[in-house]
Amino acid sequence: MQQTSVEQLKQHAIELRKTAVTMVYEAQSGHPGGSLSAADVISALYFREMNVDPANPKWEDRDRFVLSKGHVAPIQYAALALRGFVSNESVYTLRQYGSPFQGHPDMKKCPGIDISTGSLGQGLSCAVGMAIAGQRDEKDYRVFAMVGDGECQEGQIWEAIQAAVKYKLDNLIVFVDNNRLQIDGFCEDVMPLLDLEKKFDAFGFDTTRIDGHSMEQIVETLDTFAKQKNGKPKCIVCDTVKGKGVSYMEDQAAWHGTAPNKEEFELAIKELEGGLPV
Amino acid sequence: MSVTKKAVEKKATRAAFGDEIVRLGESNKDIYVVDIDIGKSCKTDKFIEKFPMQHINVGIAEQNGAGIAAGLATTGKIPFISTYAVFGSLRMAEQIRQEVCYPNLNVKIACSHGGLTPGNDGGSHQAIEDMGVMRSFPNMTVIMGADYHSTRKLIAEAAAMYGPVYLRFTRDAVPMIYDENETFEIGKAKQLRDGEDIAIIANGDTVRLAIEAAEQLEQNGVSVKLLDMHTIKPLDVEAVKDCLDIGSIITVEDHNILNGLGSAVAEVIAEAGKGQLARIGVQDRFGESAPYEKLLEINGITVENIIAKANQLLTN
Repeated sequence: MQQTSVEQLKQHAIELRKTAVTMVYEAQSGHPGGSLSAADVISALYFREMNVDPANPKWEDRDRFVLSKGHVAPIQYAALALRGFVSNESVYTLRQYGSPFQGHPDMKKCPGIDISTGSLGQGLSCAVGMAIAGQRDEKDYRVFAMVGDGECQEGQIWEAIQAAVKYKLDNLIVFVDNNRLQIDGFCEDVMPLLDLEKKFDAFGFDTTRIDGHSMEQIVETLDTFAKQKNGKPKCIVCDTVKGKGVSYMEDQAAWHGTAPNKEEFELAIKELEGGLPV
Repeated sequence: MSVTKKAVEKKATRAAFGDEIVRLGESNKDIYVVDIDIGKSCKTDKFIEKFPMQHINVGIAEQNGAGIAAGLATTGKIPFISTYAVFGSLRMAEQIRQEVCYPNLNVKIACSHGGLTPGNDGGSHQAIEDMGVMRSFPNMTVIMGADYHSTRKLIAEAAAMYGPVYLRFTRDAVPMIYDENETFEIGKAKQLRDGEDIAIIANGDTVRLAIEAAEQLEQNGVSVKLLDMHTIKPLDVEAVKDCLDIGSIITVEDHNILNGLGSAVAEVIAEAGKGQLARIGVQDRFGESAPYEKLLEINGITVENIIAKANQLLTN
């Protein structure tokens, strides 16, 4: 496992954001807002935490990653490219005919995708299935899953949570990308989720809440909290900002699934590069 | 082929699942059962007792059951989701589409209480559209065996092939038709009788009705070709085409006449541009609480109606 420094992870996160925004710009289609809110956790997972082998993406002992909020595929594709699963240039075929980089992750087309997702609420159940298999086979691999806060309005999420607790899946780590927005606006207005940390806790998860843009907190949580083998699945509620890093996209539901035009794109890249440490 | 004459012996095809899954679980540790609370009713109790480490019960949560099965399948397991047909085809339909069929994962959906067999439970529990729903998904194979032995064989074949399979069983006991040594191939119709005047294509427990109707028709000098079309997808198109020269075809199924066996056969006939068809099945109406035989009668899924339809087609 790579022990990438926090500073390097921050730099990777900026690269991932730039790649994801560029992909959506090139395709003139896709979901930039949630890709940007998820970027820091994705960076920590792919460049520090997950035991994966880009040369052997189906290695049976690998850690799994399930992007239950599959519409933010661009940020995962960006990570797969930077990590060497796929070529850096190829990801810019996002959403084009014949591309491995489908609008939503497709395990049959893209190396490094552990399960196809796209219909919200379903990925977490698949992650539970993978974790049960790992436990029964006495494998050391872990399963990381990312769900959206809006996605937690789906009843199936809570079915999956019940099963994860019943089967004592301490090899399952769930991130909630708590960016507080969904297509129609603030989750609070569309369908309030109340306190997700308390809800996961009440269902029997070990739960914590962090700033999902603080690489220090993400790394610290992965190093300690997420590694406890105590028979309980883990939930990390990550407070994030939709569109994080691009000022005009931040906290704007309108940027959930909209591609930037040329000027907007250039401004986005400039702002993201401005965030690079010198 | 040999048709057993001991027509009095009866067994539910859900019992075939209960027995066969134990045999499969013994020889292959990757065989898993995902129960959705109704394991006793779906006959997985013997499997649970023998192979607890190959068993999962998700409780009353079909959607999660389908997702967990998909996750298991990504690791090389061969999960059989076990539930009732009405839930297995509808409550988890989108999960099966998205997480099983779309990624073409090796998940089997094994459903008891197919068709009108849960008679007294009423229309809420009678799965009349399940095979049609499943037939619409790319990558899915859709099967209903006619009796205990054929169902066991088809379950074994389903376990041996790669890819999603929907298997439908009866709640109630149905007569034995086949000898236990009979072999079955998924996607290949079983010819029970050859004839020249009319072809009857049936599946599931309506095969027994078709056999009886064919015997009576033969007594009246009508020569009947009879096919057990246990797999409606992929349909044995060649077997249907072989019936086109006869010209008159009747389909019989315990399923809505829309989207099931009748529709699948109609598609072949329409594209061939020859032959005439009568579809016997559920008349696009919900059921109600009643004895199974009464529900069949209301829908005309009877020996008498098969004979009447045959005579009608022959006089056309």
